[in-house]
Amino acid sequence: MSIKNLLKVAFTAILSNKFRSFLSMLGIIIGVAAVIIMMAIGQGSKQSVRDDLSKMGTNLLTIRPGADMRGGVRRDPSEMQTLKMADYESIVSEATLVTHVSPEVTSSGQVIYGAKNTTTSVYGESPEYLDIKLWTVENGSCFTEEDVKKSAKVCVVGKTIVQELFGDKNFDAVGKTIRFKSIPFRIVGILKAKGYNNWGMDQDNVMIAPYTTVMKRLSAQTYFNSIVMSALSEELSDDATEEVTNILRRNHKIKEEDESDFTIRSQQEWMETMSSTMDTITIILVVAAAFSLLVAGIGIMNIMLVSVTERTKEIGLRMSVGARGIDIMSQFLIESIMISLTGALLGIALGYGGSWMAKHFFMLPSSVPLWSVGLSFSVCAFIGIFFGYVPARKAARMDPIEALRYE
Amino acid sequence: MNKENGQKVVIELQNVKRDFRVGSETVRALRGVSFKIHEGEFVTIMGTSGSGKSTLLNQLGCLDTPTSGEYILDGTPVRSMRRSERAILRNRKIGFIFQNYNLLANTTAVENVELPLMYNKTYNAKQRRQAAIRALQAVGLGDRLEHKSNQMSGGQMQRVAIARALVNNPAVVLADEATGNLDTRTSFEILCLFQELHRQGRTIIFVTHNPDIALYSSRNIMLRDGVICEDKENTSILDAREALAALPKEDE
Repeated sequence: MSIKNLLKVAFTAILSNKFRSFLSMLGIIIGVAAVIIMMAIGQGSKQSVRDDLSKMGTNLLTIRPGADMRGGVRRDPSEMQTLKMADYESIVSEATLVTHVSPEVTSSGQVIYGAKNTTTSVYGESPEYLDIKLWTVENGSCFTEEDVKKSAKVCVVGKTIVQELFGDKNFDAVGKTIRFKSIPFRIVGILKAKGYNNWGMDQDNVMIAPYTTVMKRLSAQTYFNSIVMSALSEELSDDATEEVTNILRRNHKIKEEDESDFTIRSQQEWMETMSSTMDTITIILVVAAAFSLLVAGIGIMNIMLVSVTERTKEIGLRMSVGARGIDIMSQFLIESIMISLTGALLGIALGYGGSWMAKHFFMLPSSVPLWSVGLSFSVCAFIGIFFGYVPARKAARMDPIEALRYE
Repeated sequence: MNKENGQKVVIELQNVKRDFRVGSETVRALRGVSFKIHEGEFVTIMGTSGSGKSTLLNQLGCLDTPTSGEYILDGTPVRSMRRSERAILRNRKIGFIFQNYNLLANTTAVENVELPLMYNKTYNAKQRRQAAIRALQAVGLGDRLEHKSNQMSGGQMQRVAIARALVNNPAVVLADEATGNLDTRTSFEILCLFQELHRQGRTIIFVTHNPDIALYSSRNIMLRDGVICEDKENTSILDAREALAALPKEDE
C-alpha cells in the first residue's frame, strides 16, 4: 500500500474512535508539554542569571583571601587577612591587563537618619568601584581619590536606603548626613536603582564609602575582605588573573611549590558554575517529565493491542484480498506513530502556552528552546514506532483463516 | 499454458492432503483430493460440516498450503510459496466472497471495492476508482457508489462484496456460502448475478451445503470425509431468473 493510502487508513481509524484516540494521546500531550515547559523555564532561568551576571561586568575579577575552598574545611582566621594595602598598590602600579581596581572592606549594621533607621551593608571601596560594577550615580557624584586619602566621612547610597530613611525613594538626599554605627556620613551621591538580582538580593540596599574610612573608622582593620578589578576585556580575564596571581605570590613570598593564600575568581567562572547548577536542575526536571512520556508510550501500546484485537476480522479480510504481513504491519505502525505525533504537536502547543503562562502569570523567566521542540517531536516518533511495533507485529502475524473466522 | 480440449485449466489439485495436529491427535481434513477446473466453469463444492470443504476452500484461496500434494493456480504451483508471495497471488488471481460480506465498517461502497487494488501498486488512485465504479455498475449498484456499508441491505452488501471480488479481474471467484445470510428472494437475485458472471466467462467456485445451489451451476463436486465422493457435470442447468420470477411477490 502506498504511504498516502496508509496515512488515510490510519487517519480514518483514529477518527472512528475519537475519544479513545484522544485519551491515548493525552499521555503524550501532557508529557511533551511538561518536557517543553521544564526546558523553557530551565533555559530561561539560565539566560536570566547570565544576563544578571554580565550586567555586573563580564570582565570582573575578584580576589579573595585564602586558598580555594575545598570541602567544608574551616579556614585559619589568619588566612583571611592576607590581602593588604601593599597588594592593592602593586596591582595598581604593575598590572597591565586590568583597568580599574578597588579594595573592598565590608561592614553591616544600622544606619540612622533622625528618627528613622534601617539595616544595610557598608562597602568600603575606591571610586573606581562604580566603573568595575558598571553602576551609575543618579544624583550628586561619587566620592573622590581625595576623599579616600583623607578618610573622608562621605558615602554614596542606594535608593532603598533613601526610601527607608527619607520616606521617598526619589528624595534628593545629597548633602544630608546619616549615621552608621554612630559615625556621621555625608551623602554625596545616590545610585541609580538596580532592583533585585536573581538571588533575591536588593541591590539598592547599599552604602558605599571610601575604603580608608571604613577601615579606620568603622572596622579598625588593616586588611581587605577582597579586591575587585576589571580585566581589560572579557577575553583577557584569564591572562589578567595570571598576571595578578604572579604579582600577589611575589608580594606574599609564596614558594613555587606552595598554594596561593588567595583566590581569584572571574565572572566567567561564576557564570559557568551557575549555568552548570541550572543545567543539573533542568536535567532532573526533564528526566522526570520524560518518564511520563514513557508511561504514555505504554498507554499507546495498550490501546493499539486492543485495536488490533478488535479489528481481527478486518485484518483477515485485508489479508485475503492480498495484504502482505508488511502491509498490515505498516498500517498499524503508522497509526501508532500518528497518534504519538499528533499528541506531540498538541503537547508542543500546550508547552508553548504553558511557557507563556509561566512568564506572564508566575513571572518565571521562560523561553522555549527550539531544539527541545525538535527533540520532543523525534522522541515521540520513536515512541510511536517502539510501542507500536509489538501490536503491529501481532497483527501482521495473524493467520488469515483464523482472523476471518474471529467473532 | 496448460490446456485441455482447447480450454485453459485454471485450477489443478494433485492428490492434495492436509493434516492438522490437534494436541496429540492428527486430524486428516483432506485425504488426497485431485481435480481440475477449466476456465469458465461454475463449480459448486458441497459437503456436510466436517467433510473438509472449508479446508479445501482455504487451499483453493491460497490462504493455506497442502501438507502434501500440489495445487497449481493458473499455472503457478502454490505449495512451496512464501506467505507474502501467496498474498500477492491472492491479490491478482482470486476474488473472495464471504457469507457475512466482510465489508469495512463506515466505508463507502467504492472504497470497499477499491480495497484489493490498494495492495496492487500498478493501479493509481484514478484507475482504482474507475475500476471500482465499473465493478459496482456490473453488479447493479452504479447508483449506490457512495453509500456506506451500514446504509445498505444484506443483498446490496453482498453485491458490493461481489464487486470487490471482481475488481481485480481474478482468474477464479471463490464464494463461501455467499447466499447463506440472505432470504430466499435475495438469494436468487445473487444467484442470478453469479449465473450472469458465468455466462460472461468467469470461473466460479461456490462452496455451500445447500444442495439447491448445485442445480444452477455447471458442475458439482461432493466431498465426504476429506475425499471426493462425487464429481459430475450438470447437463440441465436451471435458470435462476425463472426461479426468481416464479417466487410469490413480496408483500408491499
